[in-house]
Order: sequence, then structure tokens, then C-alpha cells
Amino acid sequence: MTPDATVFADVTTADGYLLVLAVIFPVIGILLSMAFGGRYVERIALVLLVAGLAIAIAIFAAVLRGDQSLVYIVGNWRPPLGIALRADGVSAAMMLTIAVVICATGIYARDEFGQPDAKVATRGSYAFWILLLAIWSGLNAIAVGADLFNLYVALELLTFAAVPLVCLKGYQETIKAALRYMLFALAGSILYLLGTVLFYGAYGTLDISLLSTRVQPEPVAWIAAALMTTGLLAKTALFPLHLWLPPAHAGAPAPGSAVLSALVVKGSFILIVRLWFDAMPGLLTFAAAQLLAALGAGAILFGSVLALRQARLKLLIAYSTIAQIGYLFFIFPLASGDSASTPWASIAWTGGWLQLFSHAFAKAAMFMAAGLIAEALGHDQISDLGGIGRALPVTIFAFGLAGLSLMGVPPSGGFVAKWMLLSATVMEGQWWWAVIMLVGGLLAGGYVFMVLGKALSVNAPLTLRVSVPQHRQVLVLAVALCAILLGLMPLQPSGLLMIGRPEMHTNVLE
Amino acid sequence: MISATLFGYCGAVLVGLGLFGLVTNPEILRKILAFNVLGSGVFLLFGVIARRGAAAGLDADPVPQALVITGIVVAFSATAMAVALLVRLNKETGEATMSSDDPSNAGKQEGHQ
Repeated sequence: MTPDATVFADVTTADGYLLVLAVIFPVIGILLSMAFGGRYVERIALVLLVAGLAIAIAIFAAVLRGDQSLVYIVGNWRPPLGIALRADGVSAAMMLTIAVVICATGIYARDEFGQPDAKVATRGSYAFWILLLAIWSGLNAIAVGADLFNLYVALELLTFAAVPLVCLKGYQETIKAALRYMLFALAGSILYLLGTVLFYGAYGTLDISLLSTRVQPEPVAWIAAALMTTGLLAKTALFPLHLWLPPAHAGAPAPGSAVLSALVVKGSFILIVRLWFDAMPGLLTFAAAQLLAALGAGAILFGSVLALRQARLKLLIAYSTIAQIGYLFFIFPLASGDSASTPWASIAWTGGWLQLFSHAFAKAAMFMAAGLIAEALGHDQISDLGGIGRALPVTIFAFGLAGLSLMGVPPSGGFVAKWMLLSATVMEGQWWWAVIMLVGGLLAGGYVFMVLGKALSVNAPLTLRVSVPQHRQVLVLAVALCAILLGLMPLQPSGLLMIGRPEMHTNVLE
Repeated sequence: MISATLFGYCGAVLVGLGLFGLVTNPEILRKILAFNVLGSGVFLLFGVIARRGAAAGLDADPVPQALVITGIVVAFSATAMAVALLVRLNKETGEATMSSDDPSNAGKQEGHQ
């Protein structure tokens, strides 16, 4: 009973209300858009983008300043009966990343879904802005969720917002892609719910921190964990459950692809981490962690090789997402088990999250760049990209910078992330993952240079179908620079990402 | 306790049937129906869990009942959305299966709007 008592000491902290605002602000935007009709939806969304970014910065500052998690107890009903919202260091960093990527996407999408004079209200733009806000709300709810069922609802909100984004253009292929995505998501969500029932039946609570004190290594916990993980893997599109991702992410309009690939697949990944590291840390055995990482390794090899074989730029980027998701799963063997209390575990923990953040920026930049290229050329066949480097130099430069981060070349966030993971594999004696990472880096180099080589090859002067405004190119460059700037992080465990995780070392490595 | 066990087994059978249908049927509508069968099995398990709480001295544990209502709403919305997509697909192509598609064509018309 004593461990429970300490958990019950959870009370709403000073800035806890910010967590509620982060979830409901986008929803307010959706309601206002519906009330005022489609003509004002873009303006409403833009105002809320600014407000949401401010809230995310406030939460980040509050967690950083207070050096502890923000907690909000909804309705003052404490767990296990009530629901807690909790933002630790990881959540705060995640919410800031989400806010920056969503805001950049919003600005980028103005040219495609904008309503310059608030006169015309097309269905596409009405749906896009509402879906963008809904995705933001769902992602924030996942970042602050501290209750497995509440997280289930958040995950469903995210899925329901993400699927229509795929088929916004209404082409046959995209509807098919959306439907395939939906079916994978349905199967995933129901398996997750089944696991939730089993957890509740066995331990009488769904609050993550209460569960961590109650879960025992026994069959029911194993089955529940396996069901939930499988369901979440389907939504994260980890190899071999990735089939839905390439057509869905390649078929969505460019700003949609950016959000889907950069953020939405990460939502269910966060849940897997919460499940294994927070809810049942004792269950993450060597075999389970190795299995998850082996799937990740499969994703890296499979995704990268298929990316190399794509003829279309957007499909190449989508397959690269499958590969980059694989790296995230190295966090399970490297930050857990016997090595959990060593400095190398916290290095791996920091590296894993940095990979997530830097991939979010890099992939958003890549899809935005691909969108500009497709607009300018009228197609996105890689073989016909010759000369585009001259026509859109800033865009291609941004694509290259994002590519550096994917390859793991310094200076970039991807380099720091992969270096940390790599050194953790070596120091913990799990060298086999290091081999996969190095091969993955080479393959990523292959597909990035395949595109750059074509783009920079000199052909006859290119006539663009439409000219691309400079501000959009600069925006893409700014997003890519975020991925590069993450590379300035010191190569040591980040104190911020350890907030709310007392068991991990924070300042070691002397 | 006996009836709770019986319902538990029923739930397990529904989950098994639903999962089988969801994986093996190529027809999308059947997949969606299988998802609903699977969902019913899970919801039944929620009921069993609530009843099991009763064995511990409570009349019935209200929490799983509150959860199951939310679960039903979510499953209902998911079904509605999947069916809407299916209807649209059928209108556009006349197809209703997942078998014949080539992922490399998705979004082919990207630049041609």
C-alpha cells in the first residue's frame, strides 16, 4: 500500500491548467469553425495556431523551470477513479515539437487551402483546417495522458482526424489508401482496448503510475501487453505492419503528408513507450526488448531498400519514414533491463527521443519540399527531376539538410540521436544493433543522394508549370534548419527528458 | 461466478471469430462487420470484469460500465467512417475489396489537379 500512497500524493500543480488548455484550444477552434461556417475557418485556425504555440512554449518553460512534471487532476477526482493529465519532460518537448511542426504546416498550407478574401468556402479547405486542429488536439491529449483508457480515446481522436486527411483530394487511389489505413487502425485500436480490459480486470486501475506499482510478471499482464503493443505497432506502421503507410502518406496533400509522417505515427509510438517504460517497467525483459528492436531493425533494412527502389519522390519519402521509425525501437533494449540504471541507458533514452524530434522536423521539411517540387513540375517522378536544383535552389537545399539528419551526418539532430544510440549499443555490448544502424545510415545516404543527384544534374533549362513563391521555400528551409539545430544539443543525457523519471541517471559520464 | 465465466468464454469466442474475419476476409464490408463482432466480444469482457468486481463485495463495479459506453461510441464512429469511405470507394470504382491494389499508384495524380 505504501507505494500507492506516494502516487496518490499527485495533486494539480501550479501550471497544471495549461495541460487542459493544450488539449481543448484546438477543439474550441473546431467548434468556432463549425459555428461561423467555412468562410472563416482559415482565420480561426491561424489564430489558434499562434495561441497553441504559446501554450506549448509555456508548458515547456514551466516544466523546465520547475524541474518536475506538470499534473492536472481532472475535476479533482484522483486516480484510480479520476483521470490525471501529466506532462513530464518528454511530453513537454514533444508538445513543443508538435506545435512547431503544426504551425509550419499551417503557414505552408495557406497557399493550398487558404481563403484569401474569406469569400469562398471550399470543402477541401474547410476539412483541412478542422482536421489539422483535430490532429493537434489528439496529439496533445496523447502527450499528457496518464490513463490507459483516456489514451485510447485520444488515439482514436487522432486516427479519426488523420484518415480523412489522406483522401482529402478524393482520388480513387487515395480513398483506397485511406480505407486501408482505417482498417489497420481499427484492428489496432480494438486490440489495444482488449489489452486495456485485461489490465483493468487484473489490477483494478488504468492509471499508468498506479499500474506500475501493481503489475506483476504473470500471464495476464503479458497477454495484455502483447495485445496492446501489437495494436499500437499497427498504428505506428512498424515493419511488418507497415503496408498501409506508403500509399496513405504519399497520397495525402503535401501539408497532410508532413503532419502524418512527422507526427501522427509518433503518437502511437509514445503510447508504446509509456506502456513498457512507465506502466510496467518490470515486464520489459531482455527477450521482449530484443524482439521490438528486431522489428525495428527489419523496418530499417526493409524500408530503406524499398525507398531506394521507388520511382516517385513522395513514395520514397514515405518508405524512408518506415525506416526511420525503426530506429526509435532501439530505445527498448538500450534503455531497459540490466542496463537501466547505467548512464548508457539515459544516453539511449535521450538519443531515442532526439531521433523522434529530429525526424519530425526533417520529414516535415522533406514532404513540404516534395510538395513544392510536385507543384512546380506537375509530377514527382525522380527520374525527371533534372534541373530542379537550379529552378528551386532553396527547396533542394532544405531537402538536402533534412536528408543529412536522416542519414545521421553531423551537424544535425539525426547525427546526435544516432551517435547516442550507437554508443549505447557498443557500451552495453549489443553490437548487433550498431551494425544495423550503420547499414541503415548508408542506405539513407543512398536514397537521399539518388534524389539530390537527379535534382542537381544539369539538363536543358526547365520551365516550371507554376512559379513557387520564395516565402514557401524559406519556410521549408526553416523547418529543415530545426532538424539541424537539434544537432547543437550537447552529447550527453538531457536533463529535460529525464524530468519525471527519477530512476534514471541524469548527470553521469564523468 | 459461473455466469461471469460463461460470459467470459462467450467474449473470448467473439474476439476469436472477429479477429479471424478481420484478417481473412478480402471484402471490406465483411472486415468492418468482423471488427464489430470483435468489438462486441471486448465489450462483453468489460461487462464480465464489472461483474467480477461485484464478487469482491461491491454490487457491481461501475467503472468498466462507464468505459464500455465510451468504447461503444468510439467503435460506432469508427464503423460509420469506414462505411462512408467504402461507399465513396464503391461509387468511384465499383470495387469493394482490398485484394487488387497497387500501392505504387496511390496519389499518382498528385501534380495533376
